Amino acid sequence: MADIKKIKTPLDAATVESLRAGDQVLISGVLYTARDTAHKRMVDALDRGEKLPFDISGQVVYYVGPSPAKPGKVIGSAGPTTSYRMDAYAERLMEKGMKGMIGKGMRDKKIIDAMKKHKCVYFAAIGGAAALIARSIKSAEVIAYDDLGPEAVRRLEVVDFQAFVINDVYGGDLYEIGKAEYKSAV
Amino acid sequence: MRTITAEAVTNAVREMVVGANTNLGADVLAAFRKGAKEEKSPVGRAVFETLILNAEIARDEKVPICQDTGMAVFFVELGQDVHIEGGLLQDAIDEGVRRGYADGFLRKSICDPFTRANTKDNTPAVVLVELVKGDGLKIIAAPKGGGSENMSRLTMLAPSAGKKGIVDFVVKRCEEAGSNPCPPVIVGVGIGGSAEKCMTLAKKALLREIGSANPDKELAELEAEILQKINALGMGPQGLGGTVFAMAVHVEKHPCHIASLPLAVNISCHASRHKETRL
Repeated sequence: MADIKKIKTPLDAATVESLRAGDQVLISGVLYTARDTAHKRMVDALDRGEKLPFDISGQVVYYVGPSPAKPGKVIGSAGPTTSYRMDAYAERLMEKGMKGMIGKGMRDKKIIDAMKKHKCVYFAAIGGAAALIARSIKSAEVIAYDDLGPEAVRRLEVVDFQAFVINDVYGGDLYEIGKAEYKSAV
Repeated sequence: MRTITAEAVTNAVREMVVGANTNLGADVLAAFRKGAKEEKSPVGRAVFETLILNAEIARDEKVPICQDTGMAVFFVELGQDVHIEGGLLQDAIDEGVRRGYADGFLRKSICDPFTRANTKDNTPAVVLVELVKGDGLKIIAAPKGGGSENMSRLTMLAPSAGKKGIVDFVVKRCEEAGSNPCPPVIVGVGIGGSAEKCMTLAKKALLREIGSANPDKELAELEAEILQKINALGMGPQGLGGTVFAMAVHVEKHPCHIASLPLAVNISCHASRHKETRL
């Protein structure tokens, strides 16, 4: 396992190309949240020829529906949701310039191929470590689809948000690498 | 006949849903500590340490362990000599869910299956009632996250598939689930009954103390065999590679039709949340 890399969003081409499956990263900057229904609405908007609710170029989308913030807190618990449900929409967002996705769980082969084509990286945060992850989120603001509650699109500012590179732009896949390394080790 | 008020049920449910979502059980924490020692992958061990830290933060700050505070599922054992006064049991439980999810800052995750419109109070709860002897009322709150629940499967095997067919299906299901259900997981397995009974058995198996062997020796051996085979796949904590993908496999069985061998898999994420109250 490589040293922990500190990266900043929005992601530039050099950063995207420097990442490899298996890298541990600390992400700082802005993340945009979106999960199931927000993705559907965004892609429906693109289908109608409308703009996305934010400029996605170079940005990282975090698949999360946080719990409500307690008084005095910027956000509630905020760990990743399972990513495959966004596979139906992700390539459309890559076409608009999305450079990173954060979630958990395996992606469809067509999305992994699209990531190579569009130079987009897939990160996983630790699923279920939501109270801890919330500590790296310094601000949260709903910017679209407020009616969706936990599924609304939020703009987050994060500092040292922990994640693993699962799929890099060269076809590397940490889930496959890790599994092969420990298969039958029991 | 003993009378229990709907309000008492509501109050108990409110406490349990908040408690279950913020305070992880001692058996789960013990399983994390065991995993942190036994896992062969350094990253995997770090995942276990992270989960312990996360549980401590949730407990100390009274915030949800996971942002997915689940669909509110209840297993109720209702004594036949009990009368619930002041409302329906379902309504009393729903009201407890409504109050607990609001007061505890828990996420409301329930929506219409077609419009996807959120009900905004995490109701309705799923309430599974079993009538039992006596005048007691036992309620177990078992909120269940969507990521792990989505990995559930039911299959109606041919009886000829036998134990080998059962083991193969469960192991394959876990391999396909991979990192989706937030490993290290607990695998609930139901064998027998009818289709709906079988899945209920699988989910109920998740309520057992983690790693407690089944008192039935044959089932205990089956649990050990499946656990060994799942972990030999190498997926590990969070699917990042390692030797402890599953912390436990719990199997329950029930007699079934001569034509059938029903098999259900219900996986719990590492945040195995349940609280119990007796009224």
